[in-house]
Amino acid sequence: MSVRDEVLSLLCENARHSIADLARLTDADESEVEETIEELEAEGVIRGYGAVVDWRRTDDEPVRALVECNVTLDRETGYDDIADRLAKFPEVESLRLVSGDYDFSMGVRADSMGEVSRFVAEKVAPVPEITQTVTHYLMATYKEQGIEFDDGHDDDDRLSVSP
Amino acid sequence: MAHVRPSERTQRVPPSGIRRFFELAEEIDDVISLGVGEPDFTAPWSAREAAIDSLERGKTSYTANRGMKELRNAIAANVAERYDLDYDPDEEIIVTAGASEAIDVAFRALVDPGDRVAVAQPSYISYVPGVIFAGGDPLRVPTREADDFKLTPEVLDEHGADEADALVLCYPNNPTGAIMTREELAPIAAFAREHDLTVLSDEIYAELTYGREHTSIATLPGMRERTVVFNGFSKAYAMTGLRLGYALAPPETISAMNRIHQYSLLSAPTTAQYAALDALEHGEGAVAEMRTQYDRRRRFVLSRFGEMGIECFEAEGAFYVFPESPWPDAEAFAEALLDEQRVAVVPGDVFGAGGEGHLRVSYATGLDDLREAMDRIEAFLE
Ligand SMILES: Cc1ncc(COP(=O)(O)O)c(C=O)c1O
Repeated sequence: MSVRDEVLSLLCENARHSIADLARLTDADESEVEETIEELEAEGVIRGYGAVVDWRRTDDEPVRALVECNVTLDRETGYDDIADRLAKFPEVESLRLVSGDYDFSMGVRADSMGEVSRFVAEKVAPVPEITQTVTHYLMATYKEQGIEFDDGHDDDDRLSVSP
Repeated sequence: MAHVRPSERTQRVPPSGIRRFFELAEEIDDVISLGVGEPDFTAPWSAREAAIDSLERGKTSYTANRGMKELRNAIAANVAERYDLDYDPDEEIIVTAGASEAIDVAFRALVDPGDRVAVAQPSYISYVPGVIFAGGDPLRVPTREADDFKLTPEVLDEHGADEADALVLCYPNNPTGAIMTREELAPIAAFAREHDLTVLSDEIYAELTYGREHTSIATLPGMRERTVVFNGFSKAYAMTGLRLGYALAPPETISAMNRIHQYSLLSAPTTAQYAALDALEHGEGAVAEMRTQYDRRRRFVLSRFGEMGIECFEAEGAFYVFPESPWPDAEAFAEALLDEQRVAVVPGDVFGAGGEGHLRVSYATGLDDLREAMDRIEAFLE
């Protein structure tokens, strides 16, 4: 793997690795790591850094929903145009074009079910190209970004010293 | 008064130094252990599921003595593809309860009382006892740090291995992490041919090399007929507790080993054989992922030791590095480090001749713990 690929893969696993540790982990110089990250950011490969949160363990668990959206296209309007409009809403956490029975899979987040419903009814459904929406409220998250949300009882039960 | 008198041969084997360190470490809370000789990963889920599925289907009988035919076929195909080793699944492969059993059975099948068995050290702690239990006389051959702990014909000569009947070696090596390339193995193979040595090659870490592909000594000219290769699922697939390994050797050797194995084991654990079969069929991605993680940690640990001024040759295999102990007395250092900073490492002399003054540091530990352990070692040095 190139240093660039290594750095990217390490940051995906843990964006909090220090530059010094990234250098140690990849056998590169710190300056090379720093430049690589700057490059990845400048090129728009890395779009941001965030925490993977199990919201159930917080006091104010937000309401989240996956909204399937069907759209019709015309000569002037393509998927990207519709996506642009939808993505602007702060309630929209994620937006993906997918194959299959519907076109967009949209992650929505708000403080209550009422807010999510109002948002879909008042902001999404009225978009002229959107022909249908189906809203699925998220009931539980078991795994996100490769991280399982279990009770972490994967204690190390190996012998502390072994041959 | 004791009514049972242990046999003389059990008394010839001294208590294990690993055991002593284990007991020391167990007495202290919150130890970060870099003293573990097994993967910190769990077996690939697909392999575990195959084991569960086999139980659901009621696969709870013995298998053929030498292991399930399907598994032997899969092993044959895997070693051919990975290491260029060509073995007949019917006559030249035996599936055992870990490489450990294969090693033990091989000694019992090949060593007669009084036979001399050269053991390249430092190395895994079972070989010398195995030779003794088989009635043989172990001949310890220390490798040298100056050679990056690779075995050389010079040290073999110097320690009288030309007189031996067999030679045991282990590359990638536990505890040093050393590997040997084809070029480096060539003179060892020549030595074995010249002095008519049977070679027992423990290649259980074959999948864990970083940068260079593993070469089996059995693939060198004239070596296949005199070599027994040991491998298994414990390290590559993180399946230590499933207890599954195998040996590859010419038909007469496997027959002789099977003669013992069929009475002592009957057959290797059936559930584990199903897991192993799945691991060979679907485990490649999991192995590659673990290799990537180990390699990162290896570089991390080597870098940190370098920054601390601890001398350490660049280990290229297994999941160990073998730095020089900052104090001449490695055992005293390891004990003090455990006491004062709650970090466990294993003094190198536990692994035999040539290991003195060194420490085995295992990086089969998550990066967070590894980082913390390195910070503690650094603090200890200051
Ligand atoms: C070099 C070496 N050989 C063999 C073994 C034993 O392997 P298994 O679990 O297959 O018995 C180990 C385990 O630590 C090892 O390090």
